[in-house]
Amino acid sequence: MKFAKTLLTAAALAVVLGGSAYAKTLVYCSEASPANFDPGTTTGGNDYDAGARTVYNRLVEFKHGSTEVEPGLAESWDISADGLTYTFHLRKGVKFGTTDFFTPTRDFNADDVIFSFMRQQDDKSPWFTYLPNLSYDYYVGMDMPKYTKEWKKVDDYTVQLTLTEPNAPMLANMAMDFASILSKEYADKLQAANTMPDLAAKPVGTGPFVFVDYQLDTTIRYKANPDYWAGKVKLDDLIFQITPDATTRLQKVQSGECDVMAYPNPADIPAIKADTNLTTYSMAGLNVGYMSYNTTQPPFDKPEVRHALNMAIDRDALIKSLFQDAGAVAADNLIPPTMWSWNKDVKFDKYDPEAAKKILADNGVTKIDLWASDRSRPYNPNFARAAELIQADWAKVGVTANITTEEWTKYRADGKKADRPGAFQIGWSGDNGDPDNFFATLFSCSAVGVSNYSSWCNKDFEADIQKAKTNSDMAARTKAYEDAQVIFNKEAPAFLLAHSQVYVVTDKKVTGYTQDPLAMHRFDNVDVTE
Amino acid sequence: MLRFFLNKIALIVPTLIGITICAFGFVRLLPGDPILALAGEHGVTPERYEQLKIQFGFDRPIWEQYLKYIGDILHGDFGTSIETHRPVIQEFLTLFPATVELSLCAIIFAIVLGIPAGIFAATRRGTVIDQGLMGTALIGYSMPIFWWGLLLIILFSGYLHWTPISGRIDVRYFIRPTTGLLLIDSLLSGQKGAFQSVVSHLILPTIVLGTIPLAVIARQTRSAMLEVMGEDYVRTARAKGLKARRVIGLHALRNALIPVVTTIGLQVGVLLAGAILTETIFAWPGIGKWLVDAIFKRDYVVVQSSLLLVALVVMGVNLIVDLLYAVINPRIRVQ
Amino acid sequence: MTATTEIAPVVSARRFAGLREFWHYFSQSRGAVLGLIIFVLLILIALAAPLIAPHAPNEQFKPLFLLPPAWSPGGDPRFLLGTDPVGRDILSRLIFGSQFSLLIGVIVVTLSVLGGITLGLLAGYFRGWVDVVIMRIMDLILAFPPLLLALVLVTILGPGLINAMLAIALTLQPYFARLVRAAVMSEKNREYVTSARLAGAGHLRLMVLTILPNTLAPLIVQATLCFSDAILAAAALGFLGLGAQPPTPEWGTMLANAREFIQRAPWVVTFPGLCILVTVLAINLIGDGLRDALDPKLKRS
Repeated sequence: MKFAKTLLTAAALAVVLGGSAYAKTLVYCSEASPANFDPGTTTGGNDYDAGARTVYNRLVEFKHGSTEVEPGLAESWDISADGLTYTFHLRKGVKFGTTDFFTPTRDFNADDVIFSFMRQQDDKSPWFTYLPNLSYDYYVGMDMPKYTKEWKKVDDYTVQLTLTEPNAPMLANMAMDFASILSKEYADKLQAANTMPDLAAKPVGTGPFVFVDYQLDTTIRYKANPDYWAGKVKLDDLIFQITPDATTRLQKVQSGECDVMAYPNPADIPAIKADTNLTTYSMAGLNVGYMSYNTTQPPFDKPEVRHALNMAIDRDALIKSLFQDAGAVAADNLIPPTMWSWNKDVKFDKYDPEAAKKILADNGVTKIDLWASDRSRPYNPNFARAAELIQADWAKVGVTANITTEEWTKYRADGKKADRPGAFQIGWSGDNGDPDNFFATLFSCSAVGVSNYSSWCNKDFEADIQKAKTNSDMAARTKAYEDAQVIFNKEAPAFLLAHSQVYVVTDKKVTGYTQDPLAMHRFDNVDVTE
Repeated sequence: MLRFFLNKIALIVPTLIGITICAFGFVRLLPGDPILALAGEHGVTPERYEQLKIQFGFDRPIWEQYLKYIGDILHGDFGTSIETHRPVIQEFLTLFPATVELSLCAIIFAIVLGIPAGIFAATRRGTVIDQGLMGTALIGYSMPIFWWGLLLIILFSGYLHWTPISGRIDVRYFIRPTTGLLLIDSLLSGQKGAFQSVVSHLILPTIVLGTIPLAVIARQTRSAMLEVMGEDYVRTARAKGLKARRVIGLHALRNALIPVVTTIGLQVGVLLAGAILTETIFAWPGIGKWLVDAIFKRDYVVVQSSLLLVALVVMGVNLIVDLLYAVINPRIRVQ
Repeated sequence: MTATTEIAPVVSARRFAGLREFWHYFSQSRGAVLGLIIFVLLILIALAAPLIAPHAPNEQFKPLFLLPPAWSPGGDPRFLLGTDPVGRDILSRLIFGSQFSLLIGVIVVTLSVLGGITLGLLAGYFRGWVDVVIMRIMDLILAFPPLLLALVLVTILGPGLINAMLAIALTLQPYFARLVRAAVMSEKNREYVTSARLAGAGHLRLMVLTILPNTLAPLIVQATLCFSDAILAAAALGFLGLGAQPPTPEWGTMLANAREFIQRAPWVVTFPGLCILVTVLAINLIGDGLRDALDPKLKRS
């Protein structure tokens, strides 16, 4: 008996040791090239998948598969009773990754935290403008400059953030990608060598993977960080294959060239579900697709005109064409039904082209600009097709739509301009599970020109969301958001499309993958069985 | 021979200057402000605008700007990409070998299959084989190659899984580029299976890109052969009793090849145009795809410079082909 | 993509006795006749499109998206070749698309021919610095691969079918200019021209009425080559999203929107490409036949 046990153990050991002789590689078919690897300067999910979630960590992290936070680079934290002071106790012995372009000489400490945040608001810092055309969109969009009174280094492993006023979601904000912690030592070295753009091209972080190489528009390579503070991950190598075409992504997973892909074509969902070699993950997305009217430009400054345009669109057919079998819920509110404070009594405009026609004729609305982009998003798989369908619907009520199509990065840059004409298709995937992240980021007054594509500033709405932001009492917050949704419905600054189901498709040899409601694709807990 | 060469150079100089003028003028012809187009910046303040104006030299008279442009080019400075903030020439040199490799494979494919096909058809003129070959060639010549590529992908990569979907090499092989030609680099790297991976990734794009040159070369070879075979000296050789194959091989073929070489040379422009479409479909990281992406991303610096660089490459190749042609055909040297 | 008919030495056009003789040579090639039949069919389809197409090309039949062809399971006999992702009938769009393709060919060739003839006549007739300048510009245009040049021009002008046609016409024009110039240069010193000049004919009359008709044969052959090139180039631009914009039912644009359905609905991809192929094939067959009929020295059959 004992002999058999020993034999079994020996056999098991042999298998394990023999198996580990092969490097475990995972290939992720990513949907777009990252603009760069500095999470403070970028805003796309693809940018964060490639940079923030592989190479970096944050003070707190979202638990896998949830919107709750858990300790990250901060082991623990205290929040003062007045909600103004956050004290973070930092983890000791955390090492930044060693690459062939940088070897850290010290562990992670408070200096890195302060640097990572302050460079995004201190206009005296050379890092504030170290890239051409740089803007720290998320930092500004989350109102960090407004709320940050001071970051203080108490000692090497304790750092304190003092706010100007209470902000209930602030802890969740610390888990977001823009709050990734960079290496100040690396930044100083680059500044001295006058190669500052490398901070965004060759990232150094404390994360589960270390950056190896980026072949423009083709391949990103990482290897596992051997000194990762949470323990080396199961994978040895991680490769991103940049494949913008969704059909190609699926074909690659089916053929084995890639192991994981996201954002499949809705048209392919039935085939994917039927394929026994693939594992399909799906969940209700924390997202919303919508189309912003520019509420500062007549005649779209009138809510009744906006309502009429909404009523003219056959939303059910639109959703069916765009999402087919992929599952999408028509949106009544900005936030999805799965989010707390969703107001079930609010209903979106009903399809009524006759009534719409009359209102539009009365207001003399005959033309409108309609915007579309070439990128497929989880909340809108095909902007161009949606535009064609909407164009036809509006034509039936006497409004001629002129479609402008632009590449994704330029699209968003042009869309947020205050003088952008017409209806702009866009959407949002939640970053931290808090309704503030939807309402404030997308429709607050301070977001005009940043991420408020409707240029809409409504004082009642603003009052509601500010109240909810500063109050940490859940019941009070819920009530404020419910009221905000009523106002939004009445004013109709945007046409609401749908909340979609999000999918991730993997080869069945991939194990341990958890789908995140915040549309992140993380590989630190993933394994491949050979 | 040298005089011929110098003559040729003299002829292309005005064209070269014309090309630089076109590239220079491109940005200024775009709708909107050229300064903003070159900077790619959004929400430019008036002070920043003045800064940019001086930086790009727009405060100077236009002939001075042109001279500066020429000077920059001669120094190898083709500008900085708006998208990636890297020197355009660096990106071009990184991506160009991919296009070269694909084009070379395509033209070799076209020659290796096309010339024998043309000869074969010519010797069996009027038969079903001839009509079949030429009919196929005509279909190949009439094909929209982006559609052809999509069909091949559906069939060979989608259904049959014989070939990979896209890219140049299986992603698991990390090959640091030495020559940039993966066929060579993969062998040099010594990694097992890398070379096979490169070859399998090359098959479909080569076929797609090489289809039209193949058709053109096959047709041209056939007609050249027919013309030559009808010539007196061939008939004389035949009458003298020389075996058919010898006649064809020695006399006819050599003379028939002369117009064929011209045709091959003309295909360079075709290849580069076809590369734009082929690279887009197969996600082949070459300059064709780079150009199309740049147009969509409004990276006008890249578009301007790639216009210039591609035209320069085409001119260069045409020059080489002309010289080769002069070597093969001494008659034209005297012209 | 474009082959030129031989320029130097230019074979003088046969002064054929008439249409009958031309037809005799042309019809000797079965392929050419087949091509002609297909092409005539296409013209008829294009002209009769509003009558024969079962539906309007831009009418969206929501929610019948992506129906397969009528003979497949799930197909609807109302939509013979199925529907596209926006619910439009593919057959109708293909039929109307023939209008666009033929129109593109006609307009582009007309523009190129007119431009090319003008420049070629001026260059070949007047020689001297006029010739040098015009030919240098033509060389310049030819230095760029045609699709590249068209892409860049469309970038400047903006996407759209008209701009695409202008751009393509510009890239094809040098072929005609060179052809006409060479023909003019070789005809200029012939007796009939000299006698006309002695009789007192002015420059313009000499160029247009006397010389030009004798350069027609290679011109026509080149025109058919450019016709098919124009259709392919416009389709390529449409495929890249820079040519005809949605919802125009141009065949290349239809392909651009169809890529994501390769697996799920391959008929959306197959049919537009097939139409392009058949059209271009027909024109090339005609072109071959024309070449054989008009210029026996370049005979291929």
